[in-house]
Amino acid sequence: MWSFSKIANIIHEWLNQTFNATLAIAFEMVIVGVCAISLFAILGLVLVLMERRVAAWIQIRLGPNRVGPNGMMQSMADTVKLLVKEGLTPTGADKFLFNLAPYIAMMVAMLLLAPIAFAKDFQMWDMNIGVLYVSAISSVSVIGILMAGWASNNKYSLMGAMRSGAQIVSYELSAGLSILAVVVLTGSLNLNEIILSQADGWWIFKGHIPVMIAFLIFIIAVTAETNRAPFDLAEAESELTAGFHTEYSGMKFALFFLAEYINVFIVCAIGATIFLGGWMPFHIGHWESFNHVMDYIPSSLWFFGKTFFMIFLIMWFRWTFPRLRIDQLLNLEWKYLLPISMFNILLVTAMAILGWHF
Amino acid sequence: MFIKQYIKDIFGALKSLAVGLRRTGYYFTHHKEIITEQYPDNRDTLVMAERFKGEVVMPHDENNEHRCTGCTACELACPNGTIKIITQFDITPEGKKKKAIDKLVYHLELCTMCNLCIVACPSDAIVMAQTFEHSVFDRSEFTKILNKPGSKIMEGVE
Repeated sequence: MWSFSKIANIIHEWLNQTFNATLAIAFEMVIVGVCAISLFAILGLVLVLMERRVAAWIQIRLGPNRVGPNGMMQSMADTVKLLVKEGLTPTGADKFLFNLAPYIAMMVAMLLLAPIAFAKDFQMWDMNIGVLYVSAISSVSVIGILMAGWASNNKYSLMGAMRSGAQIVSYELSAGLSILAVVVLTGSLNLNEIILSQADGWWIFKGHIPVMIAFLIFIIAVTAETNRAPFDLAEAESELTAGFHTEYSGMKFALFFLAEYINVFIVCAIGATIFLGGWMPFHIGHWESFNHVMDYIPSSLWFFGKTFFMIFLIMWFRWTFPRLRIDQLLNLEWKYLLPISMFNILLVTAMAILGWHF
Repeated sequence: MFIKQYIKDIFGALKSLAVGLRRTGYYFTHHKEIITEQYPDNRDTLVMAERFKGEVVMPHDENNEHRCTGCTACELACPNGTIKIITQFDITPEGKKKKAIDKLVYHLELCTMCNLCIVACPSDAIVMAQTFEHSVFDRSEFTKILNKPGSKIMEGVE
């Protein structure tokens, strides 16, 4: 059967036959890099269009419908517009940091792509501390935002960046603790092993109530971590014009915009991997024939289906809930989410020890 | 008790969030009804709201007669000098001089559609029209003369 891992193996073997081992590795790295960048570009185009369409349908509008069939080319046209625009650097700005910040934001998004399993046996880097790596790298994204806000030499940018700093630092905690719930149940930090442990049912079903609470907390925390409404205090159009990227224009703005959507994709992919089984098809316990039928759907489809379901959830939140104030935001984290997730991790630990999960 | 209130708060919050999500989810799945106007497509059938204020016009009847006496109440009422009335004196058949308008100059580019001139007019000579496609290629086209050439005041309007 056709699969991503087979194609990867064929390319790997062909390269090793044609060139020596070092050259083959170098070529593979280049191929992986090109694939990652093109995935970014496609995801950016698709997610921006999806966001606009979802927003329109939720607000009883039509959404983009002029450019191309059904408005499919709208995001492409926007990209071309951003490419030809001038990338202005303000006179009072710290030029080096100002130009560096968008690349830091993109780099974080790219680094996060490494441990994600896109399909069965199709992963850039199968490391034994995947979960730790993800939570460590995702907190670097605050540096890109702070750098952009500080270097812009603009009060709105700085205010947005500082808010974002407070927000990401505090929500990191409950996101980490909710991921820990599944790590406790699996007993491994390896993302691949977490997926394989869900062969007889996804953790959200196997771990029932405590894992569902963890999933809820995770989805709230990652919405805050990716700076999306209702937690979009870092940009907050109506208060801070555009927050940390007020001064950015042209392609530098587009990189921030792209990084936001890539981050959404990545946190959703990680959520899908940890709670919904990643590429693992929908299996129920020991129903062999049912599981076998489910295996016929390719693993990459399962992964992207679950990820896009999570993305849709986050978009749904964005177009339903009003924005929180900064004090309400920190109240929610420190008075509600953190105590609940700490209590929840206790519950999960007891459950793992006593074997109360399926 | 504090803990009881805390747990009640959490469930209340979750419930209210679910209510909001259900409403928007309903809209998302039932996207037949569209509340926005598909403007350039429905240009022929577009119906503007009666209270919409697009520009000031002076209605004329079939005999090319208007109701403006040239009293300049609108000119005085206008907060930003949009209306300028140039008056002349007609000679009535009895040999009396009578004040009448020569031109009612209206600067659309200055107008904020505040409706004060329409309220001020004692003889209902000017009204607000519902037109809104005002873009032109030359700025001078915004300066309009509201009374049609050769028009005169209606009988019985003082």
